[in-house]
Amino acid sequence: MEKKTKRRDFLFTATYAVGAVGAGAVIWPMIDQMNPDASVKALASTEVDVSAVNPGKTITVLWRGKPVFIRRRTPEEIAEAKSVKLEDLKHPEKDEDRAKNPEWLVMLGVCTHLGCVPLDQKGDYNGWFCPCHGSHYDTSGRIRKGPAPTNMEIPEYKFVDANTIKIG
Amino acid sequence: MSEHEYTPKSKVGKWFNDRLPLLTLANHLTDYPTPKNLNYWWTFGGILTFCLITQIVTGLVLAMHYIAHADMAFQSVEHIMRDVNYGWLIRYIHANGASMFFLAVYIHIFRSLFYGSYKSPREVIWIIGIIIYLLMMAAAFLGYVLPWGQMSFWGATVITNLFSAIPLVGEGIVTWLWGGYSVDNPTLTRFFTLHYLIPFLILGLVVLHIWALHVPGNNNPIGIDIKKPSNDTVPFHPYIVIKDGFALLMFMIVFAFFVFYTPNILGHADNYIEANPLVTPAHIVPEWYLLPFYAILRSVPDKLLGVIAMLSAILILAALPWLDTSKIRSAVFRPLYKQFYWILVADVLILGYVGAMPAEGLYLLIARIATAYYFLHFLVVLPVLGFKERTTPVPLSITEPILGGSPNLAAVKKKDSFKDQ
Repeated sequence: MEKKTKRRDFLFTATYAVGAVGAGAVIWPMIDQMNPDASVKALASTEVDVSAVNPGKTITVLWRGKPVFIRRRTPEEIAEAKSVKLEDLKHPEKDEDRAKNPEWLVMLGVCTHLGCVPLDQKGDYNGWFCPCHGSHYDTSGRIRKGPAPTNMEIPEYKFVDANTIKIG
Repeated sequence: MSEHEYTPKSKVGKWFNDRLPLLTLANHLTDYPTPKNLNYWWTFGGILTFCLITQIVTGLVLAMHYIAHADMAFQSVEHIMRDVNYGWLIRYIHANGASMFFLAVYIHIFRSLFYGSYKSPREVIWIIGIIIYLLMMAAAFLGYVLPWGQMSFWGATVITNLFSAIPLVGEGIVTWLWGGYSVDNPTLTRFFTLHYLIPFLILGLVVLHIWALHVPGNNNPIGIDIKKPSNDTVPFHPYIVIKDGFALLMFMIVFAFFVFYTPNILGHADNYIEANPLVTPAHIVPEWYLLPFYAILRSVPDKLLGVIAMLSAILILAALPWLDTSKIRSAVFRPLYKQFYWILVADVLILGYVGAMPAEGLYLLIARIATAYYFLHFLVVLPVLGFKERTTPVPLSITEPILGGSPNLAAVKKKDSFKDQ
């Protein structure tokens, strides 16, 4: 018997296709409901007064449920961060690109390995050390040693005025 | 088999059984022919059923008092411990019950490894078992998050971040799992829901596990196929029921020791500090039953590869029926496998130990060697052994070594024909 496309084959294919679209339309809301909701997204930015932060001090603020380190770096730390050769870095980034105003380093205090909060002024590079799995970061928050794949993330931020930083 | 001929004695029983054959099922379970040489390592199936029911019952009770909200969860657990009548007892049973569950499942798994219970025709039983084991780990992890202590919070952060190792979509998946930009209230509520769901999934899989077991019947310490029913078998009830019951009592003594004398020894003191997203505890360790896999994760210096190694260490077990090429099931007749088996046991214990230690220096070196050996055992040793190993003679029946004869006439004939050659 000659094999040719029949009306019935068309009906089957069309039914499956409509069924698949219908199933997808039902499944997507069930999946998307788990993504961040409107109330979580509404808390997406925060303003911080940094007038009380002296050189060599770090404050930690909560932004989107995560700690943000705001460190006023000493001239030695800035010099140390700038003196590193890019080829020595696992994730090459210039210090200038990470801290637009070199005195202020604003970054997510979240280890890029598995999300622990690294400890300030610890580790082999005088920057941060993650106690969970032993990642060492330098004074620019760049990964130097250990399992973390990338440098600590720099969030979007700007100086609203000389003493106020807006994160997010 | 006998259950096909079963008819209830009473008229009402017959009427009901013709419409829903529950009595036939009950008769099958009591008469189920079981190898008569099963030793105490075979009692852990029953013990595990007890553990599952204990967790479900105590969990239901705890859920009546627990509040799944980031601001109240920690307080509500303390409320259970201090205010709820016998709340301390029920929570300690549930928390230590998780550890007892894993203790029993590890004995159960290593019994399978020793006696080759995963081999044909029992592969499907084995794979269902591995799925149950994975679900147990998921349930244990989710449950550990619920008290919302420091270890809960940071354990949840670390484990969910494992998914960020996936290229391209990893970050999106983590945000989706969290329902936010960090572990927070939306994470807690969904973890509670899933923690409640998984035990019932496990219960369903346990039914399939036992169903699949009842098709070929139990393996046994000498790992031979036996004729059922025969001189080599005894009915499940009362013989195995009594033996399982006695072993369960012994197990409950150990269980009760932990609950009443050292209820917190298996936990971590930091989990009595409320979750704080700004401070990571100095030393994060998972519960003891996950330590070997944690050691494997940390022994690989690359994030993605570390996660892959850890998952492979579990999933490789599913391929075990095909990686082990030996036709002989029981290690009793495999002199070389027996030695490698105990090396593997030692290897897993070492991984567990270094998993609890800081990941540096000598510990890291040991973890790397032990990780390499773990994979070597499954990927090289087991496939090669099947071809190279000289196994010792396997008896034809359970009674043969004692009585000299065999109830299995076909097997005797086969053996005699070997003698003639």
